[in-house]
Amino acid sequence: MATAPAAAMAEKESAEDGRVAEIEKRIREAFEVFDRESNKTVDARDIGCIVRSLGCFPSEAELRELLAKLVQEEEDEEATRFIHMEKFLPVMTKVLLDRSYWPIREDVLLHAFEALDENKCGYITKEDLVKYLTEEGEPFTEEEMEEMLSIALDPETDTLHYRDYLSKLVVDETKIFPFHV
Amino acid sequence: MGSGSSVNVDYKYSLQKSENAFKAAVLIQQWYRRYVARLEMRRRCTWRIFQSIEYACEQDQIKLHNFFSYLMEQFTPSSSKERDFISRMFISGESYKEAELEKYCDYESIEVPDSYTGPHLSFPLLPDHATALLEAFKQKQQLHARYVLNLLHETRKHLKQLPNISHVSTCYSEEVTVCGDLHGQLDDLFLIFYKNGLPSPSKSYVFNGDFVDRGKQSLEVLIILFTFLLIYPKEVHLNRGNHEDHMVNLRYGFTKEVMQKYKVHGKKILRMFQNVFCWLPLATLIDQKVLILHGGISDTTDLDMLEKIQRDKFISVLRMKKRKESNRKVEMQDINGESKSEADAAGHEAAPRLSLQPQPAQAPSMANRLEFSRWIRQTVQEQIDTCRRLVDISESEPEELTYSSSVSLKYGDEPCQPHQEEWQQILDILWSDPMPQEGCRANKVRGGGCYFGPDVTEKILEKYNLQFLIRSHECKQEGYEFCHRRKVLTIFSASNYYEIGSNRGAYVKLGPDLVPHFVQYQANKSAHMLTMTQRISRVEESAFRALREKLFAHTSALISAFKAYDEDNTGRITLSNWATAVESVLRLGLPWRMLRPQLVRSTEDGMLEYKSWLDDLAMEQRSQEHIQSSLLEVIYRNRSNLETIFRIIDKDHSGLISFEEFQQTWKLFSSHMNIELTDDGINDLVRSIDFNKDGNIDFNEFLEAFRLVRQCQA
Repeated sequence: MATAPAAAMAEKESAEDGRVAEIEKRIREAFEVFDRESNKTVDARDIGCIVRSLGCFPSEAELRELLAKLVQEEEDEEATRFIHMEKFLPVMTKVLLDRSYWPIREDVLLHAFEALDENKCGYITKEDLVKYLTEEGEPFTEEEMEEMLSIALDPETDTLHYRDYLSKLVVDETKIFPFHV
Repeated sequence: MGSGSSVNVDYKYSLQKSENAFKAAVLIQQWYRRYVARLEMRRRCTWRIFQSIEYACEQDQIKLHNFFSYLMEQFTPSSSKERDFISRMFISGESYKEAELEKYCDYESIEVPDSYTGPHLSFPLLPDHATALLEAFKQKQQLHARYVLNLLHETRKHLKQLPNISHVSTCYSEEVTVCGDLHGQLDDLFLIFYKNGLPSPSKSYVFNGDFVDRGKQSLEVLIILFTFLLIYPKEVHLNRGNHEDHMVNLRYGFTKEVMQKYKVHGKKILRMFQNVFCWLPLATLIDQKVLILHGGISDTTDLDMLEKIQRDKFISVLRMKKRKESNRKVEMQDINGESKSEADAAGHEAAPRLSLQPQPAQAPSMANRLEFSRWIRQTVQEQIDTCRRLVDISESEPEELTYSSSVSLKYGDEPCQPHQEEWQQILDILWSDPMPQEGCRANKVRGGGCYFGPDVTEKILEKYNLQFLIRSHECKQEGYEFCHRRKVLTIFSASNYYEIGSNRGAYVKLGPDLVPHFVQYQANKSAHMLTMTQRISRVEESAFRALREKLFAHTSALISAFKAYDEDNTGRITLSNWATAVESVLRLGLPWRMLRPQLVRSTEDGMLEYKSWLDDLAMEQRSQEHIQSSLLEVIYRNRSNLETIFRIIDKDHSGLISFEEFQQTWKLFSSHMNIELTDDGINDLVRSIDFNKDGNIDFNEFLEAFRLVRQCQA
């Protein structure tokens, strides 16, 4: 066997290891931000936030699936369920390596807004927005809807001009949290 | 199925449309939820930044005290001037006998000019006076010094009659409202009164300490609280906080505020405050069931002892160097050791230990330098290591005021130990914090008090048949927080504590059922108008600014750390190594990988050019080029310590220190910090400031010149 390919292979492997190590560090950091008592556990209700802030866009259904893998079966319904770092780390590492819950591209999101804009006028009214987002898909809670309205609506016309809104937010996104793996 | 093809098409079309709508909705919701999650993560990271920096500041306090210990160990005064200087540094805050206090802080001779348009107070105070004061402060008026002093005298008289632990009953006034830290934030106090009503015979209040420091209206807050205290003595209760302490005030802003607002009578007013703070009760008990104290408890907290202490002996509760961090009990035993000889002390790391024999009340003659050094060392060591209290100096002559104050014991030959225990009790209840883990360990972060676990809480509740504890002392995002299985409640009433939008304030109401009801608020109208995104951005900006400053202050250490990852000297390191290196230097426990995009603007192929990054940071701080950069770094890193030291030297709070004192301080400080600085170097430093021709340095100018005064205090 020539040594060159073997060496290249070894280098590739160690690069891979380096990547995994880096991913694990990022996961630990995000986890620790929510680890209030510094005992390597977080409230199960915070998992969604952690997963999303690591660059993923899971749907609610996908999140439930993920949680099912993490939660211990013995826990009864009433007690708050806690997730341990040791369980979370391997599951989340795989998620990031497999690139599951890939981010939604800007153009895809634009099409989504356009689909709701029946008259193709470039904006969606408050009523329509509320109707779609609280009745269709994975409906928003009242709180979520109110918050989105406060961020997205143009207060003077009570409409969402989605193109402007999107471009503003995309700049924000890539500036603050570029999707690096 | 439809009957006609057009209906079919319509149906298919609408089915497709609703499918599309469904899919579109899912996408938008998915995306939005991720957006919100990121905001939440940013919010939490920002919070972490503020907290870690705040606690790092408290660690500064420890460094400062290490500095004093170092001074004490190494310094042998070579002239009477130096001796004066050193002893003034350590002997702080004289306490006066009643009559002397009245004489020094007398107000009757102070005239209120006809031109004064502020409120007039007469005693005994009436509810109208309170309303007049509230109105006046809303109009940004200032209470005349005469009335301030008068108020303080009356307050002191009243407080002296109160026991260490106040008792409140819910059967007299239906509800009791408990408020936490206010930290000079008058707007929050106004908001509380607006939402909850003013104190009155049917409305009881307990204010749980930390009325002053950090915020800019500490004086007004105190004046209002004391006024209501005197008008409604049965309904208004105040607990002492760790900031009701002149040593802490020197550092955190109250002293400065008083001197700025009362240029002529400020010193008197400060002296009076010192003597009012020590008379504040230590705790409040509601219905014998709910214990309210400022910090927390420890595994040795003894309410019976606390009730019997003469609380006015403890003018300052501030602790200095902690020698053994591992075991608090061991520390107590240390005191029983013999004092080392001077020869030993010079060469060893451990500071000399205290002897049990009472120290001589008189200083040895100044002529004998060696003896004087030893005496100073023992004296100061005693002060630093055991009885932290500053004792009444009624026995001594005015000339020897400065030397004997630390040494003479009020009650003759009483040994130090009981005082040590009492002091520990008070320290614990004013400075401790709860922790989730069981047990009780020393609070290294704050340098005083302890961290107490749920088991400690359980024991105290059981021992004294209590239901739960209420404490303050720590900022909470929602204004309040339970822990220890809802047996400990933290209540914090200063909203926007770190920055506008950083947190809410809250107060809690207890009725006869002792079930807590919370009211939260945020005292800034503009904060409400901002969207969540904007609020978070503002607070974030402020946090990152502070963080970048901290990074700059550690430039040299950072360069060494980076170089360790850059063996080939390319000037670049990976972002991953950057994160590890930064944490190893700053030790703030922050999620650096998450924060990186806000701190590092440009990278190439995932690599960072660290030198230019550090240069960018330095430029942001607008450094003065002709001063050595390492010196500047040191100044930045130690700026609040420097400020505190200056204030201690400036005994008469004039804001001026002499050039010699400045030189002295600087020499001592730089030798402690291992910086080479020649006399020329000092002169350079001074020349870069415009200082008065009369040989005095306005040290505010000095600090400002190096942008050392934080923007918010300017």
